[in-house]
Amino acid sequence: MTLSLLFQHIVNALSLGSLYALLAIGYTMVYGILRLINFAHGDIFMVGAYVAFYGITLMSLPWWAALLFSIVFTAFFGIVLERVAYKPLRDSPRISIMISAIGASFLLESLAVLIFGGRPKGMPVPDVLSKVVYFGSVSMITISLIIPLFTFALLIVLLWIVNKTKIGMAMRAVSTDIEAARLMAVDVNKVVSVTFGIGSLLAALGGIMWSFKYPQLNPLMGMMPGLKCFIAAVIGGIGNIAGAVLGGFLLGIIEIMMVALLPTLSGYRDAFAFILLIIVLLIKPTGLLGKRQAEKV
Amino acid sequence: MPEHPELMLSTSHLTMKFGGLTAVSDFNLEIQKNEIVGLIGPNGAGKTTAFNMITGMLSPTEGKVLFKERDITGLKPHSITALGIARTFQNIRLFKEMSVLENVLVACNLSINTGILAATLHLPGYRARESEARRFSIELLEQVGLAHLANENGTSLPYGQQRRLEIARALATKPKILLLDEPAAGMNPQESFELMDFIRKIRDEFDLTIFLIEHHMQVVMGVCERMYVLDYGITIAQGDPASIQKNPKVIEAYLGVD
Amino acid sequence: MSKKSSIRGGPISKNMLYTIIFLGACILFIFLADRLFDAFSLRVFNLCAIYIVLALSLNLLNGFTGLFSLGHAGFMAVGAYVSALLTMPAPLKEMNYFLVPIVSWLHHVTIPFLPALIIAGLVSACVGFLIGAPVLRLRDDYLAIATLGFGEIIRVIITNAQSITNGAQGLKGLPRFSTTFAVWTAAGLVVLFMVLLMRSSYGRAMKAVRDDELAAEAMGINVFRVKVTSFTVSSFLAGIGGALLGHMITTIDPKMFTFTLTYNILLIVVLGGVGSISGSVISAIIVTVMMEALRFLDEPINLIFFKTPAMPGLRMVVFSILLMVMIIYRQKGLMGNKEFSWEMFQNVFVKKSKKGGSHARTP
Repeated sequence: MTLSLLFQHIVNALSLGSLYALLAIGYTMVYGILRLINFAHGDIFMVGAYVAFYGITLMSLPWWAALLFSIVFTAFFGIVLERVAYKPLRDSPRISIMISAIGASFLLESLAVLIFGGRPKGMPVPDVLSKVVYFGSVSMITISLIIPLFTFALLIVLLWIVNKTKIGMAMRAVSTDIEAARLMAVDVNKVVSVTFGIGSLLAALGGIMWSFKYPQLNPLMGMMPGLKCFIAAVIGGIGNIAGAVLGGFLLGIIEIMMVALLPTLSGYRDAFAFILLIIVLLIKPTGLLGKRQAEKV
Repeated sequence: MPEHPELMLSTSHLTMKFGGLTAVSDFNLEIQKNEIVGLIGPNGAGKTTAFNMITGMLSPTEGKVLFKERDITGLKPHSITALGIARTFQNIRLFKEMSVLENVLVACNLSINTGILAATLHLPGYRARESEARRFSIELLEQVGLAHLANENGTSLPYGQQRRLEIARALATKPKILLLDEPAAGMNPQESFELMDFIRKIRDEFDLTIFLIEHHMQVVMGVCERMYVLDYGITIAQGDPASIQKNPKVIEAYLGVD
Repeated sequence: MSKKSSIRGGPISKNMLYTIIFLGACILFIFLADRLFDAFSLRVFNLCAIYIVLALSLNLLNGFTGLFSLGHAGFMAVGAYVSALLTMPAPLKEMNYFLVPIVSWLHHVTIPFLPALIIAGLVSACVGFLIGAPVLRLRDDYLAIATLGFGEIIRVIITNAQSITNGAQGLKGLPRFSTTFAVWTAAGLVVLFMVLLMRSSYGRAMKAVRDDELAAEAMGINVFRVKVTSFTVSSFLAGIGGALLGHMITTIDPKMFTFTLTYNILLIVVLGGVGSISGSVISAIIVTVMMEALRFLDEPINLIFFKTPAMPGLRMVVFSILLMVMIIYRQKGLMGNKEFSWEMFQNVFVKKSKKGGSHARTP
């Protein structure tokens, strides 16, 4: 493999890793607070992409306006979803809320088929993002470079919110011990809504950037990335934002590198993530950066 | 009264550490056959942790648990139960979706002891053991006065009856040693009095050795022949009720509450 | 399935009599259906039987042992493929494997349906055992994701093992072994098995593990062994169900066995009542029939005054909403975790006091 090819693979890996990281953060935040695997998260990713698509095509917005509109819309959409599908089951056995999440996921997917149609749609990629840039003999599409940079900037903002603001402190409190937080007069409902809002916003961003890089939309586009990103969150340590980012990047890099170095196994590309998950779950279930959680007898 | 002293349960330097926290430190226990021994101490003193180590739910950081001279440290809970040590739980853990009778029947599985195929096909060997188990379970329920509620859901019972059900369930495993974790919790004076009688009765009738955790001082002083006192995981005293009541360290640990 | 009531008149109680009559009527109905239904209706009818098997296999795991597994489609796939590969005659295989020829040791293997079916179940059970042993040590939600992962891994392996499974092309022309007799006998046997199992000491052990693992362990039950056994048996039944499905639809390919299929079965189990055998049976029949009956939702609907346009996908939307409504407002499903009893049936019509009458529970 030539150096320039390697470099391209690395940039691709970082791009994919960033997208996975953005999605994984949402999973980890929601799990940290509600101990819920939000199966519908991948579909929020899809919703974000489609809303941006319709923003550009139907409402003729410039791409950055469509992006902004979509992420705000999707953030609210995520909050509403939580209120309708998860809040009523907050005190029920965990299985029930998991089934509700699966149900919500399928509902979103079937609604998407109904409303958007099952046929894939092409995302109109703005020129500025699809320009080809040259570094010596290496050629890259601008979007591949923008994604990691943008994600990095977002992460800094997110970490600032979680660590330096009041709401961030409330979020950390709820994720450590929801009962104690409630007793400390933390508005748990608000924290949950904010969490879902941020998570959905990031998912929408991920979805839009994904569709700029891989410009084909379909109602099930969120299923695989969703599963993989949950895996990424688990690998990094579920409940831990840094872990989710680490997991996302790790997964992206491994996936691209595996396919690059072992092209004959590329059909098994999707299985890598699951195999990695099983290995992590069996060796260190709390993930790379996770902590043990004990059960009281 | 122990008639023929035989060491049933003992621990040696039993210690449990969770990270930097030492829940139980150097716990040394000796219980002879047919004794009723108590384990007391303020909340968080490590009593249930000690129980959990003895019954195999926790693996001790250091030390050993011996059942009749046999090292059972770190064995899985179901094996320890099979050997003859049964327990009840501080927060009652009944099987919520099953009836009173079924709760007790489950604990009879050790005696029924068949594979899935024999059980499903209701082979004669299985059927005989199953009806024996039923008979035994009803008998146990009669002992605790719950036989008339056999088909009610376990968790629909009032608290005091749930506790008795838990004891019946533990007895169904045909134990030689019974560990009771706060059996008198939530009972009024009348019920606690009956409980004391009941504990003595089952000790005699089932030839048991009993080790119990309790906060209810009346019950402890009334029914235990000996007791150990834990405070922050350390054994601060042991002896018969009279000497424990006068022990200044014990009084201090409870901060004047007696 | 029905509890003996306190009326014990003679050797056969009233409830047993009702049950026997009912079963007799069912058998008669099945015979008549086989004779009189048109091909399409018969197919839907027989599909109900297959879904009864599948629903019960999942309920055994989720409802009775409390293990949330999402990889069911994987075991169905294993069963379907094993049975197909064992029963397809050599010429048929050659026709299918036009891209890459089939491996030599499978080329000329052709055995009758019944042994193939059993072997399919056993292979699924083995896969279940191999997967279960490591994975069942995990906590609920991790177990769910791990089993989901394995389901996907199985599917990816099938898609890529071209010379064994014919990969993404799938297999066409499977012998149509899933006759009315075959599927309904299978369904009947599985129901019988489940009833006997849940009434036995082993069934109690499973329910105890579901209700409180720690307490079960403390009462002498080898919880891990119960979980692995449950998982293995469930996989066996899923394999059989998958095989029956394959031999009814006569084409199988990896895209059939996605998480969507697991979801459909989960839907049936949840709607019928997690932990209820009769609930699963009733729900399997209702959902299968409705899935077909509601196909009209995907077509233009004639509402006399106007016609709605074709809305493909509306059917699944309706079902998803149904699942959501059920799980949010009536978590326990149609039957909860109770079984059908004749007293319950009477209460529906006679409208006795709501809580009165049946303590309808398998003893």
